[in-house]
Amino acid sequence: MGWLARRALHGLFVLFGVSVLSFVLVELAPGDFFAEMRLDPRISEATLRTLRARHGLDRPLPERYARWAASLARGELGYSFAYGSPVAPLLWPRVRNTLLLTTTATATAWVLAIPLGVWWAAPRRAAARRALAVLMAVLLAIPDIILALALLLLAVRTGWFPAGGMTAVGHEQMSFGARLRDIVWHLVLPAAALVLCVLPSLTRHVRASVAVTLDAPFVQAARGHGLPEWRVLFGHALPAAANPLISLLGLSVATLLSMSLLVEIVMSWPGLGPLLLEAILARDFHLVLGLVLASTVLLLAGNILADVLLLAADPRIRREGK
Amino acid sequence: MRAPGKLALAATVLVAIHAAALGAGFLAPYRPTEQARALPYAPPTSLHVVDGSGRLHLRPFVYALVDDETTAGRYKEDRSQAFAVHFFIRGPDELGGASGGWRLFGVEEPARVFLLGTDGFGRDQLSRLLHGARISLFAGLLATVLSLGVGWVLGTAAGFYGRWLDAILMRSADVFLALPWLYLLFAVRAVLPLHVSAAQAFLMLVLVIGLVDWARPARLVRGIVMSARERNYVRAARGFGATDLYLIRRHIAPQTLGVLLTQAALLVPQYILAEVTLSFLGLGVGEPVASWGNMLAALQRYHVLASYWWMWAPGLALVPVFLSYFALSEALHSRVGPASP
Repeated sequence: MGWLARRALHGLFVLFGVSVLSFVLVELAPGDFFAEMRLDPRISEATLRTLRARHGLDRPLPERYARWAASLARGELGYSFAYGSPVAPLLWPRVRNTLLLTTTATATAWVLAIPLGVWWAAPRRAAARRALAVLMAVLLAIPDIILALALLLLAVRTGWFPAGGMTAVGHEQMSFGARLRDIVWHLVLPAAALVLCVLPSLTRHVRASVAVTLDAPFVQAARGHGLPEWRVLFGHALPAAANPLISLLGLSVATLLSMSLLVEIVMSWPGLGPLLLEAILARDFHLVLGLVLASTVLLLAGNILADVLLLAADPRIRREGK
Repeated sequence: MRAPGKLALAATVLVAIHAAALGAGFLAPYRPTEQARALPYAPPTSLHVVDGSGRLHLRPFVYALVDDETTAGRYKEDRSQAFAVHFFIRGPDELGGASGGWRLFGVEEPARVFLLGTDGFGRDQLSRLLHGARISLFAGLLATVLSLGVGWVLGTAAGFYGRWLDAILMRSADVFLALPWLYLLFAVRAVLPLHVSAAQAFLMLVLVIGLVDWARPARLVRGIVMSARERNYVRAARGFGATDLYLIRRHIAPQTLGVLLTQAALLVPQYILAEVTLSFLGLGVGEPVASWGNMLAALQRYHVLASYWWMWAPGLALVPVFLSYFALSEALHSRVGPASP
């Protein structure tokens, strides 16, 4: 498993780089959480100095990094001034919600993109294929922000779906089954927005990868043996195209996280997105730092997952790793 | 559609939209900040050619809007007096005199012509859309120039000189690429001051969007430079004593042009959207200056979202812009050949 270990090590190195980069970035920022308080006439200069001293903001940069790294090691990820609590406990439920949304969306998008892309790559049916091409091009050109707002409009207008949030009022009092249904019900629209955002590019990639394999001799041989078309496509062409598609899965995690940030804010899904916006507006830098790190961990986890899948799917890589 | 036709169509649409943005002062019937306080959320003004007595007019005319007494918040047309639409008129100057710049069209007060309705302050949506296009479209263009410029310089340096410079640059590129790009954008925006003037905000957005995303173009350029460096004619030129700068300028830079153009057509829409997103969330260009993002921000209120369809105008305007840029990138891609990813 040398290959996988190397990938994981690279991931750790990148994570360390991100932590240093974002810490330096945050420390370069003019002003801090208490800067806004200076405008308040009820708070004196002396009080501000005491507050800063208590949180160690008056110390030199290396000492602050050491303090932050120590809190990282304790699993606290720094201290949020706006919430008056360590960052980590604020982060976990948000990470969970973002994961719920993005994994649902990824799974749905792939389940839709694979048959669509394979069908699109298959020969014949020129008119239908052109219609699909136009549909995908238009869908690609609709900005994610507009898709999210349009789905929100659907919810507001029809009342079929809840307009934002993750739970209904009185969620705590519901039975387990009802609570589950409640969350799924709230999940539909944000997940749909994400699926519609990533579907066009996924479908195009599936189509391109499958189209390459369609010319291969083994596909022609399968056709020559008189296999039904769907078995040629899904049983022979698609597995041969698996390699680039799994790499794409890893790459698409980054896009999905970025889009999810926006969709979560627009649809008030309590994931990382709304908290990040809140933290930026409150100039709560440790929280921003924690959120950025969390998103990086999610992205790297997605990449490593894709690597593991690639390892399982492609014997050539297994041999190379030994 | 055939590829050349597609390319021509996309280019025409883009040139027309950008020209409209540049000519906003002439095309827009009102100043973008001019408020008709009595007419918040007025629907698009309808142009008439047939008057109440059934007579046909060659010159279109409008009626003034008045409050509909039967329903609060609704308007109705005051049919007692028609106001003809005049073309090529002098707009009012800052003080309300008649010596402002030329306008394409307008009507006499008290009637007003709002072809795309008004927002919550009674400002003309069409005028704001045209003036906002200046901010949103050109922020995307400038950020692309910046990002590709930085990416090109670093990518060429890494690919041409290799060794430790390459190692350092590509490892930092890994770090930048490991952050989901919108998170990175937000994080950089987070550490910059929140309350800034519109001009500063515009400049800041261009810098942030352009500088945050250097890693992808740098990687692409690096790959091409690395393979170009090993070509025989480059080695020959080096053997004749050509300097590094000459080699890069004469033999290597032209090879990267295709990728740069294809990338540009892909990056511009992404960066336009970045500006729109940041301004939408109140982290970009703020009121009263118009940008497509802060115009869309009105839709965050449910009653606006559900009741006033004309408030979606900037969002709908993004679609043809994006379609054209994507078509352009596809056409460029097929022309430049499969060398570029």
